[in-house]
Amino acid sequence: MSEILTKSRARNVFYGGSIFFVVVFVALTAQSHRHIVDKATAGMPLTEEVRLGKHVWERNSCINCHTLHGEGAYFAPEVGNVMTRWGVLDDPELAYEMLDGWMQAQPSGIEGRRQMPHFEITEEEMRALAEFLRWADQTDTQNWPPNDAG
Amino acid sequence: MKYQSQKVAYAYFLVAMALFGIQVLGGLLLGWIYVSPNTLSEALPFNIVRMIHTNALIVWLLLGFFGAAYYLVPEESEREIFSVKLAYIQLAILVVGTLGAVGSYLVGIHGGREFLEQPLWVKFGILVAAVIFLANVSLTFLAGRKTAITNILMMGLWLLCLLWVFAFINPDNLSLDKMYWWMVVHLWVEATWELVMAAILGFLMLKLTGVDREVIEKWLYVIVATALFSGILGTGHHFYWIGTPGYWQWIGSVFSTFEVVPFFAMMSFAFVMVWKGRKNHPNKAALLWSLGSSTVAFFGAGVWGFLHTLHGVNFYTHGTQITAAHGHLAFYGAYVALNLAMFTYAMPVLRNRAPYNQVLNMASFWLMTGGMAFMTFTLTFAGTIQTHMQRIVGDYYMDVQDQLGLFYLMRFGSGVAVVLGALLFIYSMLVVRREVVQPGPVAVPGE
Repeated sequence: MSEILTKSRARNVFYGGSIFFVVVFVALTAQSHRHIVDKATAGMPLTEEVRLGKHVWERNSCINCHTLHGEGAYFAPEVGNVMTRWGVLDDPELAYEMLDGWMQAQPSGIEGRRQMPHFEITEEEMRALAEFLRWADQTDTQNWPPNDAG
Repeated sequence: MKYQSQKVAYAYFLVAMALFGIQVLGGLLLGWIYVSPNTLSEALPFNIVRMIHTNALIVWLLLGFFGAAYYLVPEESEREIFSVKLAYIQLAILVVGTLGAVGSYLVGIHGGREFLEQPLWVKFGILVAAVIFLANVSLTFLAGRKTAITNILMMGLWLLCLLWVFAFINPDNLSLDKMYWWMVVHLWVEATWELVMAAILGFLMLKLTGVDREVIEKWLYVIVATALFSGILGTGHHFYWIGTPGYWQWIGSVFSTFEVVPFFAMMSFAFVMVWKGRKNHPNKAALLWSLGSSTVAFFGAGVWGFLHTLHGVNFYTHGTQITAAHGHLAFYGAYVALNLAMFTYAMPVLRNRAPYNQVLNMASFWLMTGGMAFMTFTLTFAGTIQTHMQRIVGDYYMDVQDQLGLFYLMRFGSGVAVVLGALLFIYSMLVVRREVVQPGPVAVPGE
């Protein structure tokens, strides 16, 4: 190996190959960007309310207990399909009521049970959060998760 | 210490170790919340502690890398650092930013993208610190001798700082947000950080084994080539289920399978260099950490990564305790242990205590590594049961979690071992002043 693969050849293979893979990756990323916007998330419009909901989701750091499309902490249930699980995916009003009812009941205070904190969220923000979760649920995630349990 | 300015690394390593302590204590608290969920549930909820746990980890690893760069670039470039003052200013900014971030988290001010929760002003502070750092080491590097070790280190550091730009890009579209989020998260730990790791490991091998530089540097280029060739398109293994196109399932599966290769190569490299090298370096603890790092990285990042990377498997295991098991062992092996190897090598030099064997430090290696291995096994068992009950049978999340208590209890126990190991490591670095165990007579003296 030492005859054919000199240090400078190894270095050139490294630089050349890396540039090649970066170019391929950038091209596929651009294509994926279009796919996400035009197809995967086109099921429901990205309204101002959904945007606000994402902001509420982030401000309260929900991702550090829950998972969303399988990413996040693993301390609390998956919420990418929570609206399907609750059977309210197609009903914005019911979705809001379910979510609001659940969150108002937290923390449960039950001994030995994982506790969801109480969050200061206005009605407008709660509606937005419900819309955000409905929006996320409509994403084409290649049929993940395998079942409603999330 | 050949160059006075290398002393800068000392301050970086001290701050890094302090944050390491905070990180593992945060981890211990999280492990306890799993066992006893009502603990601090209103004063300090799980999500806040987790932000401190993960952010402290990332920042201390970066501080370790920066310190390592300030230590090894002068030695490789054969000149003093361009500006010692800038190096301290950079550290001050990072310390203020870190304290600011932790303080904000405690009062509930934070972003909500995992690992990137820092308030905007902290993100900008990190950006400024990164620019200062790049300028400082690049000017040192450009003025001096260029080696493969510094070439690769500089490339890794430049790319990881550039990728930080994606921390500021947060599209309203959740799927786009996720896709660009991985440009920081994946392309750090599974691409650019591997370059930094390989360069530091190469430096340590050069110093500890005495193998010819030509041999080490050729290995390094081969290792980093396999890292980027697999790691860049390997990003695809995060694009299976977030709204990205289906073709990523095959690209991600194939290329991320090859991500095992650089870790296997780094492990082989470390062992082959030690066999080849005839140097009997007194710092056996640094050698232990170097070999340990590359070995545990191979298992944690390589084997445990492959365990759930094929899309047919990941469909069922995605976002379960399997992921947690892999994440813990991979970070420990690849980046924690590597940083501790560098600290172990450099600290006796920085504190004028070389040559030095460091028996207590070696004990901390076994305590921490044993603890992390046990933690990984318990989480893997928990994840396997979770995958079956939740993803195959379809039981609800909390019903499944209620069945996993025994594993979480054992995980907490392993966490106690890790924390004790970490504290012992810090103690052995900062307090112990001479050999605890006197070496016996040597039959064949080393060089």
